[in-house]
Amino acid sequence: MPEIDNNLVRIRDLHFSRGHSKIFNGIDIDIPKGKITAIMGPSGTGKTTLLKLIGGQLKPQRGTVFFHGEDIPSMKTKKLYEVRKKMGMLFQSGALLTDMSVFDNIAFPMREHTELPEVMIRDMVLMKLQAVGLRGARDLNPSQLSGGMARRVALARAIALDPEMILYDEPFTGQDPISMGALVELIRSMNDALELTSVIVSHDIHETLAIADKIYIISQGKVVGHGSPQEMNQSDSPWINQFVHGEADGPVPFHYPACSYKDDILQGV
Amino acid sequence: MSNSRTLEIAVGIFVAVGIAALLVLAVNVSNVGGLSSGSQYTIRANFDNISGLKTRSAVAIAGVTVGRVVNISVDPITFEAVVEMTINSSFSEVPVDSSAGIYTAGLLGEKYIGIEPGGAPDFLEEGSVIRLTQSSIVLEKLISQFLFSQSNDDKK
Amino acid sequence: MFDWFAQLGKNTIEFYARLGKEILLFIQTLLAFGPVLMRPGLITQQLYSIGVRSMLIIIVSGFFVGMVLGLQGYNTLVDFGAEESLGVVVALSLVRELGPVVTALLYAGRAGSALTAEIGLMKATEQLSGLEMMAVNPVERILAPRLFAGIISMPLLAAMFSAVGIFGGYLVGVDLLGVDEGSYWSQMQAKVDYDKDIVNGVIKSFVFGIVTTWIAVYEGYKCIPTSEGVSRATTRTVVYSALVVLGLDFLLTALML
Repeated sequence: MPEIDNNLVRIRDLHFSRGHSKIFNGIDIDIPKGKITAIMGPSGTGKTTLLKLIGGQLKPQRGTVFFHGEDIPSMKTKKLYEVRKKMGMLFQSGALLTDMSVFDNIAFPMREHTELPEVMIRDMVLMKLQAVGLRGARDLNPSQLSGGMARRVALARAIALDPEMILYDEPFTGQDPISMGALVELIRSMNDALELTSVIVSHDIHETLAIADKIYIISQGKVVGHGSPQEMNQSDSPWINQFVHGEADGPVPFHYPACSYKDDILQGV
Repeated sequence: MSNSRTLEIAVGIFVAVGIAALLVLAVNVSNVGGLSSGSQYTIRANFDNISGLKTRSAVAIAGVTVGRVVNISVDPITFEAVVEMTINSSFSEVPVDSSAGIYTAGLLGEKYIGIEPGGAPDFLEEGSVIRLTQSSIVLEKLISQFLFSQSNDDKK
Repeated sequence: MFDWFAQLGKNTIEFYARLGKEILLFIQTLLAFGPVLMRPGLITQQLYSIGVRSMLIIIVSGFFVGMVLGLQGYNTLVDFGAEESLGVVVALSLVRELGPVVTALLYAGRAGSALTAEIGLMKATEQLSGLEMMAVNPVERILAPRLFAGIISMPLLAAMFSAVGIFGGYLVGVDLLGVDEGSYWSQMQAKVDYDKDIVNGVIKSFVFGIVTTWIAVYEGYKCIPTSEGVSRATTRTVVYSALVVLGLDFLLTALML
């Protein structure tokens, strides 16, 4: 199948629900190798959940998530941990270990998974820190970092083991314009320089459209549209239009489901 | 890394102090260091009545604890109490004709076995039996005997 | 009518499902002791934050509890003219009951709550998730070393508590109230039994170590990852630990008598 060669991750017919609420109701997503794929959608559509499903932290009720042609949900724990070494994930908060310095945080995956001598680890950590421009901050504690810096350190940690794919969970949320620009630049250059496959989950439409090669828009448990950024901008689908142009009302209603306003008001009388 | 060194030292002190405390409890507070260690020999004695004597009760010569009661059973034929006791080997020269009695430490204290040394040239050894025994004084019997003798006196 | 049965059935199934998960996690943590023992550095770190940091409160409390026992014991015993037995009273109450139990209660408040808060915050800030995605098993890296260090620490702390308490009782009884020093120690040594009292006390504190540390670690690991969730989990740790320790104490005492 030539498809497997081009696509690092292939999601088919994925169903996932938490309690009674259905989060995904049969979605298909292909993530091509070496490209930046963005998964977008309004908040609460389970974009982070999707990343956790790809990382094997959650198990879907139905459906498959192929990574390199192997189905992640049906993997045994040990195999899953092997596969995760090929993935890096950038969490929204950075998820740096608070009881160690920036340096030790980046050295952490290397110390856990390799038998490299400390001298070599030091060189590699400094290399990764240089890449994100924070070599001077190596002795700081995570609590001393700003949000943008913490995310850059987390990025350096995510590439510590030279993964094939990086999952970004809302990398742009709550960043000032400067660090936002720095992150956009970093994600793009990392992807090209290290021949990574990137998956970005975000609802920051402009930044994401600027760097993504392929975009999926998810709403109410379904993929409502996908294509290149140009296709998205020109699409006439009401779902995509509402999202891309930020309209308050549309297929995704402004109002939370409720009985009619008139009835509700009159009931109080 | 001086930081991890201080940490290691602190943990080392913690573990050492903890083990020292355990040792203090074992050796200084309880009786483990005293009699149960070292070699011992077992002797037996038969009593008519041992009421109140328990296993681990003390065995004393002239008030000095030299051993412990390890087992109490009843002889199925004579219906006497058979008391087995271990004596510390450092008290190996107890004459065979010594007598054993059951006494009480203080008025309300615990029962213990007191051994009165005899004068024979041979000594007690592993498996020996003390022939001369004096049973435990049962307070109720003593009182009732006293009351009976009183009433008998009254009748005269 | 059937709704009621359905609800009952559902609750029962959920209860056992949860219990099963808890037991599974506990077994996974115990199994992770193997790999953890290969990395003593992790345990040393936890021995420091669990054991060393609890030492001060344990020693100070033990000292005061011992002094109170000396004072109260003396006042009761002197009525019977039995103040020579003060050493026995102090030592037996400490070694058999107060040492393991009070240490476990203090431990739950000092180390247990800190453990829950630490792990809960790690969960709230996605650090546990982060570890998983870095292919590091949090059960192995976070839970197991803490449980192991807790199990080691508790008997040591309880022994310190008892030893210091006996010394405190000695200070009050002998130095302050004039009990004969010789009889304080000798009566104690004659009446405190190694197998029955000391070993049973150590067994108790060992069990308490497993239970309280597990409660703390588990509550942190399973808490709702918000600031409210963490604070509730911390409270639960202290409350559950206290209840379980006191209940288990009765059970263990009855079993070992």
